[in-house]
Amino acid sequence: MTRLSSNWLAVYAIIYMIFLYAPVVLLPLFAFNDATIIALPLSGFTTAWFEQLWGNQTLRTAAINSLIVAISSAVIATLLGAFAARAAARYSFPGKTGIIGLIMLPLVLPEIIVAVALLVALSQLGLSLALWTVVVGHVLICTPFAVAILSSAFRGLDRELEEASFDLGESRWGTFRRVTFPLVLPGVISSLLICFTISLDEFIIAFFLTGTDVTLPVYIWSQLRFPARLPSVMALGTILLVLSILFLVLGEWMRRRAARRQGQDAAAGGAMTGVA
Amino acid sequence: MSTRAEAAQGLRLVSPTFLYVLVMLAAPLAMVAAFSFWTQDYLIIDRTPTLDNYRAALGEPIYRTLLLRSVAISLTVTVVTVLLAFPVAYFVAFRVKRQQALWLFLITVPFWTSYLLRVFLWKVILGYNGVLNATLMGMGFTDAPLTFLLYNANAVVITLAHAWAPFAILPIFVALARIDRSLLEAAEDLGDGPFRRFTRITLPLAMPGVVAATLIVLIPTMGDYITPRLVGGTEGLMIANMIQIQFGQANNAPLGAALAVTAMVVIGTISAGIFLIGKRLGGRLT
Amino acid sequence: MNETNGSAPMIELEKTVKRFGTFTALHGIDATVQEGEFFSLLGPSGCGKTTLLRLIAGFENPTSGSIRIAGHDMRGIPANKRPTNMVFQSYAIFPHLNVAQNVGYGLKRRHLSRREMAREVGEALEMVDMAGYERRAAHELSGGQRQRVALARALVMRPKVVLLDEPLSALDKKLREQMQRELRDLQRSIGITFVLVTHDQEEALIMSDRIAVMFEGRIAQMATPEELYRRPASRRVASFIGVMNFLPARATGETQTGLVVQIESLGEVVLPSHTIPAGLRVDDIREVGIRPEMLTVIFDDAPGPRHSFEGQVSGNSYYGDMTYYDVVLPGSERTVTISMRNTANRAVVRPGNPVRVGWSAESILLFRQED
Repeated sequence: MTRLSSNWLAVYAIIYMIFLYAPVVLLPLFAFNDATIIALPLSGFTTAWFEQLWGNQTLRTAAINSLIVAISSAVIATLLGAFAARAAARYSFPGKTGIIGLIMLPLVLPEIIVAVALLVALSQLGLSLALWTVVVGHVLICTPFAVAILSSAFRGLDRELEEASFDLGESRWGTFRRVTFPLVLPGVISSLLICFTISLDEFIIAFFLTGTDVTLPVYIWSQLRFPARLPSVMALGTILLVLSILFLVLGEWMRRRAARRQGQDAAAGGAMTGVA
Repeated sequence: MSTRAEAAQGLRLVSPTFLYVLVMLAAPLAMVAAFSFWTQDYLIIDRTPTLDNYRAALGEPIYRTLLLRSVAISLTVTVVTVLLAFPVAYFVAFRVKRQQALWLFLITVPFWTSYLLRVFLWKVILGYNGVLNATLMGMGFTDAPLTFLLYNANAVVITLAHAWAPFAILPIFVALARIDRSLLEAAEDLGDGPFRRFTRITLPLAMPGVVAATLIVLIPTMGDYITPRLVGGTEGLMIANMIQIQFGQANNAPLGAALAVTAMVVIGTISAGIFLIGKRLGGRLT
Repeated sequence: MNETNGSAPMIELEKTVKRFGTFTALHGIDATVQEGEFFSLLGPSGCGKTTLLRLIAGFENPTSGSIRIAGHDMRGIPANKRPTNMVFQSYAIFPHLNVAQNVGYGLKRRHLSRREMAREVGEALEMVDMAGYERRAAHELSGGQRQRVALARALVMRPKVVLLDEPLSALDKKLREQMQRELRDLQRSIGITFVLVTHDQEEALIMSDRIAVMFEGRIAQMATPEELYRRPASRRVASFIGVMNFLPARATGETQTGLVVQIESLGEVVLPSHTIPAGLRVDDIREVGIRPEMLTVIFDDAPGPRHSFEGQVSGNSYYGDMTYYDVVLPGSERTVTISMRNTANRAVVRPGNPVRVGWSAESILLFRQED
């Protein structure tokens, strides 16, 4: 294409990025804004909203609940994802497309459907809602991401590497310990971080499946109705955003390290492109 | 290892995950389907099979309106999102040379902000006293705040186009990045100008990515329920809000199930149609 | 047979069969590899040569038949317990370990002291001309260096047999030729049995003491490189190895000294008895073969071989040191390929020119019927 259209494309891309970042940039602005109404113009700098957060007992409980849910979901989803990814990357078996398809289904299933289905099932079984029911739902939606990330880690693992280890006298367990695990470890950590972040942010399933113990997003939802609480919600959102970005950068860095260790092109496809 | 032993090993390995989705997803989904044929009176479930829920879902104006509106909004959101996303994906795939990974990362970052807060912030941006109106008036473009921005379907479309942006860009980017550059050179060598080359080579080869992006945006959008609640107003409410109401306050899970199944069938049919058209387009043009 | 060594059999394959589902990859292989031999499995892709190598290594189990290594039956013995080590096609250098850690990988289980370990690794690297590269990271190595490290990693285990799966196919031509010579010299000097899998006939001819040519899961011929080239057992082997001209022919009678054969365009010739393969049925003869270099251009009516024909040059391919010419046979549209060394003072042969081509009865090859 011509130089001109190339420039227009760049301009468009930058405008698009502004559109993408508009709400994200506003979040910290309002979090540090010394006004109880969320609107422009900004009136002054304050850290009061962050201080308010600290003294909030309900919020602390919600944060701890969210941590419990996110850590459990991340660990279980990564474990389940590792089984599926290894099977998908290494073996062919009857019904593979269907089985992997079902595992990946929550990726395109509206969350409300997942939530409603679990709600119906749990109520039919007479089980009451609690944090673990949220974990069940989050594991469902996190597993496809874990499978995608770990599949690329396992696919990059050349089969001949494991055979070479075996050929050099190492046992199956020793091969796993000395070759397989070190090579996929960064992928595992990347999967844990991304699943953790997804679970931490997830609202709809948590809203449907949580009992009396609420998670952070459910808490935020309940606060959105009270205008007076909004500035401290903004502060909370800012903290969550910073944490999410931190985890993502870390996850991406680990994934690249894994790719580099396996001698692949590190720039080729991030965790998200793997999913797509 | 023989092929049979290999297949057994593969099945063994996938079985924990498979069992989990079977018990926690497939069975509950089947249960929802079963529920949709039952009736509920307060807390008592009557298991006599009936089509009443579907009659209500398709017959009663309120449900029909919500269903049609949801389809219309989802389709609009999808078209807008994909159209806006394509040039960005194209830019990153073909124009960005060294910093591709950085661009892709930057595109995904906003996605990791709490979804609730992003929607809420759009409300702040689009509101009567919102950021956009303040900016426009401050710069002298308008005298009075624009009122068509918030609490209607427009707001839902804008918010969702923003929410699903990375899911639209990434599949298209992957498809574009996979195109062998020598194919483009071949087209040029055979006499195609930039425009013909784009329509005859680039677009057909990017079709799988476009279809993937379309489906990834369309299907979850149909089930969205926060955005309509926060920025949609009454005329922006969608079917998912009604499903939530039926399972919640209205205490009519069977009707909610029927609405959910209906919505899934409708969106499934539309998705299948899009998939087939995309396949035809991609196939015919190449 | 490597008669000069006169040593014991190292690998004995007896009726080794391998099936994958309904597909039979190997139909009952019988072969013996002698101790200290450089043995090659040569064939087109999909002929079963890699499967056979993996059976010897222990990555696959034979469906039936037996494999013995150094006199021991290998049934039920997994790869990590066999006295064989492999150089993989991809080299399989562990990307998270450096050169020394790669080479020392298999020694770890032998519980050597740090000093002994370093010495073993150093010696192995010395052997492959990679001394001083111990600390180098895996991704910093070039293709040829990876190949050397992979070889050192196998040799350091002091295996009875080194298995090489197309180890040179990833290298460019110049480096490949250099590595072929190095690998052969190294094998000769350390005396370990090597089994090489390759699809490159030139590579097999250069490196091997003996070659097994495989087609579709069967060994078509097992012989020394020279025997393989000069006396290919079948038409298929003949066309797989080097260039071969095939001409329609039939047997017309027998004399005291040999077999009378009528060859199209070349006429009747008596083939000496010693050139006729055992077990050949005279009635089955449909064609004969002759190598391009056995057809020589005769200049200036000089006295040449006993047989000759007048042909016309129709095309040529120039290879620098050699030129191949297509020559149309008299009274026929058939062409044969002849080769000539481009020596300093030889006369010019041009396409379109007539040319006299000499040949001898000894160079005519007969083939047994294919299975």
